[in-house]
Amino acid sequence: MEKNQENISLVTADGTPLKISLARAQRRSKIIAFLMVFPLLLFITIAFIGPIADMLMLSVDNSIVKKILPKSAEALQKWDEYSGQLPDEEVFAAIVEEIKQAKASKQHTKIGSRFNYESSGFSSLFRKTGRKVKKIKSPPFKDGLIKADKRWGEIYTWQVIKQNSSNYTDGYYLAALDFKREFSSGNIKSLESKDSIYLKLFFRTILLSTLITFLTFVIGFPLSYMLSSVSTRISNILIIFVLLPFWTSLLVRTTSWIALLQQEGVINDFLLLVGFINEDGRLAMIHNATGTVVAMTHILLPFMVLPLFSVMKTIPKSYVRAAISLGAHPWKAFWKIYFPNTGPGIGAGSILVFILAIGYYITPALVGGSSGTFISNRIAYHISSSLNWGLGSAIGVILLGIVLLFFVLYHRIVGINNMKLG
Amino acid sequence: MILHDYDYEIYASLREEAQDKLKITYVTDRYGNYIPDIENITSAQEEWLLKKVEEARKIKVNVSSLPPYLSIPERIWHYTFWIICGAVLFFLIFPLLVIIPLSFNEVPFFTFTKKMLAFDPDGYSLQWYNDFFTSLNWQGAVRNSVFIAFFATIISTFLGTLASLGLSRPHMPYRTLIMSLLISPMIVPLIISAAGMFFFYSRIGLQGTHLGVILAHAALGTPFVVITVTATLTGFDNNLIRASQSLGAPPTTTFFKVIVPLITPGVISGALFAFVTSFDEVVVVLFVGSYKQRTIPWQMFSGIREQISPTILSAATLLILITIGMLTTLELLRRRTERLRGVTPS
Amino acid sequence: MNYFMRTIMSITAFVVVGMVSQAMATELVVVSWGGAYTASQQNAYHQPYMDRTPGVKIVNDDSAGSAVAKLRAMKQAGNTTWDLVDAVASDAMMLCDEGLVDEIDHNSVLANGADGSSATEDFGDFIVSPCFIPQIVYSTTFGYRKDKVSRPMKSVCDVFDLKSFPGKRSLEKKPINNLEWALICDGVSPSKVYDVLGTDAGVRRALAKLDTIKSSVVWWTAGAQTPQLLADGEVVVGSTYNGRLFALIEEQKQPVAMLWDWQVFDLDGWVVPSEGKNKAEVMKYLRFATDTQRLADQAKFISYGPTRASSAPMVGNHAKLGIAMAPHMPTDPNNAKTTLLFNYEFWADNRDDLDAKFNAWLLK
Repeated sequence: MEKNQENISLVTADGTPLKISLARAQRRSKIIAFLMVFPLLLFITIAFIGPIADMLMLSVDNSIVKKILPKSAEALQKWDEYSGQLPDEEVFAAIVEEIKQAKASKQHTKIGSRFNYESSGFSSLFRKTGRKVKKIKSPPFKDGLIKADKRWGEIYTWQVIKQNSSNYTDGYYLAALDFKREFSSGNIKSLESKDSIYLKLFFRTILLSTLITFLTFVIGFPLSYMLSSVSTRISNILIIFVLLPFWTSLLVRTTSWIALLQQEGVINDFLLLVGFINEDGRLAMIHNATGTVVAMTHILLPFMVLPLFSVMKTIPKSYVRAAISLGAHPWKAFWKIYFPNTGPGIGAGSILVFILAIGYYITPALVGGSSGTFISNRIAYHISSSLNWGLGSAIGVILLGIVLLFFVLYHRIVGINNMKLG
Repeated sequence: MILHDYDYEIYASLREEAQDKLKITYVTDRYGNYIPDIENITSAQEEWLLKKVEEARKIKVNVSSLPPYLSIPERIWHYTFWIICGAVLFFLIFPLLVIIPLSFNEVPFFTFTKKMLAFDPDGYSLQWYNDFFTSLNWQGAVRNSVFIAFFATIISTFLGTLASLGLSRPHMPYRTLIMSLLISPMIVPLIISAAGMFFFYSRIGLQGTHLGVILAHAALGTPFVVITVTATLTGFDNNLIRASQSLGAPPTTTFFKVIVPLITPGVISGALFAFVTSFDEVVVVLFVGSYKQRTIPWQMFSGIREQISPTILSAATLLILITIGMLTTLELLRRRTERLRGVTPS
Repeated sequence: MNYFMRTIMSITAFVVVGMVSQAMATELVVVSWGGAYTASQQNAYHQPYMDRTPGVKIVNDDSAGSAVAKLRAMKQAGNTTWDLVDAVASDAMMLCDEGLVDEIDHNSVLANGADGSSATEDFGDFIVSPCFIPQIVYSTTFGYRKDKVSRPMKSVCDVFDLKSFPGKRSLEKKPINNLEWALICDGVSPSKVYDVLGTDAGVRRALAKLDTIKSSVVWWTAGAQTPQLLADGEVVVGSTYNGRLFALIEEQKQPVAMLWDWQVFDLDGWVVPSEGKNKAEVMKYLRFATDTQRLADQAKFISYGPTRASSAPMVGNHAKLGIAMAPHMPTDPNNAKTTLLFNYEFWADNRDDLDAKFNAWLLK
C-alpha cells in the first residue's frame, strides 16, 4: 500500500490505475465474503433473532385491550379516574356491547385474565358478566351491569381498566422486578421484602451461578494443570474423562445425580456402610440448593477444564523452572509466574460457565427442590403453567440482558474470534 | 516421525552431548527455549536426534518417575496432587458409571436393591431394555431423534461452513458484529430461545412440526460449526489459494482440491457438535415440538417427570455407548488432522 | 466421499420410509397424563377400541400437564396435531371459554347409560362445562410410610405434626390444596375455608401454618414424584393423586398406607380440540370410551371413580390383582368421610395472586 501511494502512476495490464484496481478487487472480495455469510445470517435472523424479538414484543404487548374493548377504552379516556365518580353511561353502554361481542367470539375470559394479572378478581368478573350480559338489553346500562356484578359499581374496577388500556404496558416488567402499581392512586411501589420473588430469584441465580463457577474453577484448575503437564499421549487419553461427560446427555447426568444423592441413594448408602452416618442421619443432598450445585458443577466442569487446558498447553514450563533456578520458592514461582499466565483461560472458562449456569433450567427443575430453583424455572412456569406469557417474557428479557452483559465481558477478555471448543 | 520444536525439554537435556559430539547448532525459539536448528541439520544429525527424542519420550510417558533431587515435602505434594486429580477424574466419570448397573434394575426405582448389592442374578433384569426396544414411544423417539438431528446437522453444517469461509476471508466487513450474531444461539440461555421460538413458531405455523424443530435445532447447532471451521481456517495459508489460482486452476478446482481437503476435519467435527447438540437437546424440543416430534431427550424428560421407570436409564446407557463411539471418531479425526498438519509447511 | 454420500442416502431412505409407514393408519393422538393413568386408559379404552376398529391407531401423548399452553400455540399455528385431550375440570372450563375446545351435545354424542338414562342424567352435575366429558373423579390425598411412623396417621393435621411424625413430607409446589389443608389444621371451619382464604389475613394465616413444616417439605411438580419419594424413603408422607398411591401400595407392594382425611375431589375428563383433524373418528371413539361399561372397566386398572352413576354398581375387581376396587375408590363412604371439592371459581380468580404470594413465601 505504501509503495502504491508513492507510485501513483502504476497501472495494471488493462490500463486501470493500480490503486483503483486494488480498491475494486477489495470491494469485490468484501461483497463475496458478505454473500457467503448472508445465507446463515438470514437463517439465524429468521429462526433465532425473530423469536427473541417476538418475546421482546410480548413482554410489553397490551394490544388485546384495544382489540376487544376499543370503544370502552376510547370512552374511558374522557373520564377522570381520580374524580371519585363512576364513568358515564356512555362507557357502560360501550362495555356492555363489547362484552357481548367478546362473549360471542369467546374472548371475554382472555381479557379477564389479562386484567387479572394486574389485579385479582377480574377473571371471575368478566366470566360472570359474560354469562349475564345477554340479559342487559336496554339502558340504563350502568344499572344493568352493576346488577350483573356489583364490582362494576366500584371506581377501582374502572381505574384498573383505564390504566391498562394503552397498546403497550410496563406492567410485566414491574412485576418481574417486584414492583406493584396501585391503581387507586396510580403510584408504583416496590413489594415488601416478604412478598418479593423475582429479585430474590435473580439474586439467588447469580449467587449460585457464582458458587458453581468458583467450584468448577477450584476443581478444574488442578485437573487442567495435570493434563497440560503430562505427555500428549497420556493427556489425550485422560481428556476422554472430561469429554465423555461433556458429550453425555444432560438428562442422563442429572438422572444419575438423582440416583447418587437421594436419601436412599448411593452416597448415603456408602456413608452408612463406612459408619460415617447412622440410619436416621441420612444426608439431604437433593431437592435443595446442594443438589443443584453439585449436579451443575459436574455438568459444567468440562466448560472450565477445556479452555483452561488449551491455555495451559501454551505456557512453557521453562518459565517456572527459570524462576526456581533463580532462587524462587516453587510456590512463589507458581503463583507469580505460572498463575498469571493462565489468566485468559480462567477468564474464558469462568465466564462461559457463569453464562451457561445462569440460564439453566432442566437440572434445577429436577434436583433443585424449592431452594435450588433458578429464575429460568419461573420463566418455564409462566409459559407452560400459569400462561402469563407477558410476565414470562419480561423475566426472560431481563435475564437475557444480564447474560449479554457478561457476554460483552467475555468478548473483552477472550475475544469471540478466539473461541475454541476442546 | 519428524522433529518438532515443542520437544524443547528433551532437547535441553541433550544439549551438551549434541553440541559437543555431533556439533549441532542450537538456536532460540520464539518462547526463549534453546532448541536445535532443525531447519539446518544434516541427515546424520537428524537421525541421532530422532533416536534420542524417541527414547526420551518413552521415559517421559512414565509420569510417576520423579526427579531424584526432590525434597520430601515436594514428593508428598506431588503425590497429593495426583490424588486430587484422580479424585476429580473420578468425580467426572463416576456418575456416568452408576447409571449402567441401575439400568439392569429389577424394580422400577432408581435405587440399588439389596439383591443387586449381593450380586444376586435375580436382582438384575433386562426388562427395561426390552421396554426400550419394544415400546412405540421409544421407537418413535429414536426415529425422530435421528431424523431431526440429521437434517438439522445438514442445514447447520452447510450454512455454517459457507459462512465461516466468508468470515475468514481477509476483507470481511463487520466481522465481530456478524460473528456475535451468528454464535448468539450458543450464548442465549436455552429457556429464552425455547420460549421465544415457542411464541414465534406458533405465529408462523411451525410449532408442533418436524420442520420447526429441525430449524430450531439447526439454529442452535450453527455456532458450533462456525466456531470449529473458523478455528480450522485461522491457520489457513491464503497463499495456497493464490498458488492454485496462479497455476491456472479455475475457482471450483481450487475449492475442491485445495480448500475442501483442508477444512474437512473442521467441518466434520463441527457437524458432530451440531448433531450431538440436536440429539441431546431437550428444552427447545419440549416447547417447539409435540408428541409427534418427540426425541429421545423429550421422552426421557417426560419419563423423569411423569412415569419414573429405569427405561430411561437403559436409554441413557445406550446413549453413553453412542457417545463413546462419537468420541472415538473425533479422536481418530484429530489424529488425522495432526498427521496432515505435520506435512503442511507452516 | 462416495462412501459418505451412500451413507447419507441410506439414512435418508430409512427416515423417509419410516415417516411414510407411520402415516398409513388413521392415527388418533390422545393427550393424557402418563404413567399408571395412561396405562389404565390404554387397557380400558384404547386397546378394546383398536381391537374392534381396525385402521385406527391410538397413540398416547403424555403432555397433558402443559395442554392449555400447547393448545393455544397449536391453534395460533393452525396446526393442531391433537385429537383428544384429557383435562382437569378447571382447565377444561378455561379451554372452553377461550373456544380452544368444542362444545359437545352430550346426549347425542355419548351413549345412554346402561340403565337407559340419558347421558346428561347419567353424568349429572359432573358436566361442569359444555365442552367437558367427565371421565373420572379423583382426589388429591396423602400416603405415608407405614414402617416409618410410630402409629398410623389418621388426620390430615398429622402432616403438620412434626413431633409425632418426624421426617420429610412432600407437597405439591403450588398453593392449591396446601393452603386449604393448612387452614383446616389451624382450626378454620372447613365450610369457611374459602372465605378466610379470600382475605390477606387468611392467606398469612395459612402460610404461617405451613411455616411450621416448611423446612421438612420436599415440593413436587409431577404426580409421579411422591410415589418415587415414598418408595425411596425420601419422605415419610406425601400428597399426590389417589390412583398413583394405589399403584404404589397394591401393585408395587410398597409399605405405604392411605390417609384419606380431607381429600380434595376433582374431575378429569375429555375435551375435543376445536381444530382437531379427525373429529368424526374422535366422536365414534368417545361414544365407545365413555359408555357405562368402559368407565367401569377403567376402575379395574386404577382407583379412580367412574363419573357415570350407572357405572358405580359395575365396578368390580382389579384386572391383575383380583382385589375388589370399590374400597379403594375416593368416593367410597369409608374414605369420603371428610372431603373438599375443588373450588373452580375461587382459584380462577386468585390463582395468579396466591401463586405469587406462595412463591414469595417459598423463597423466604
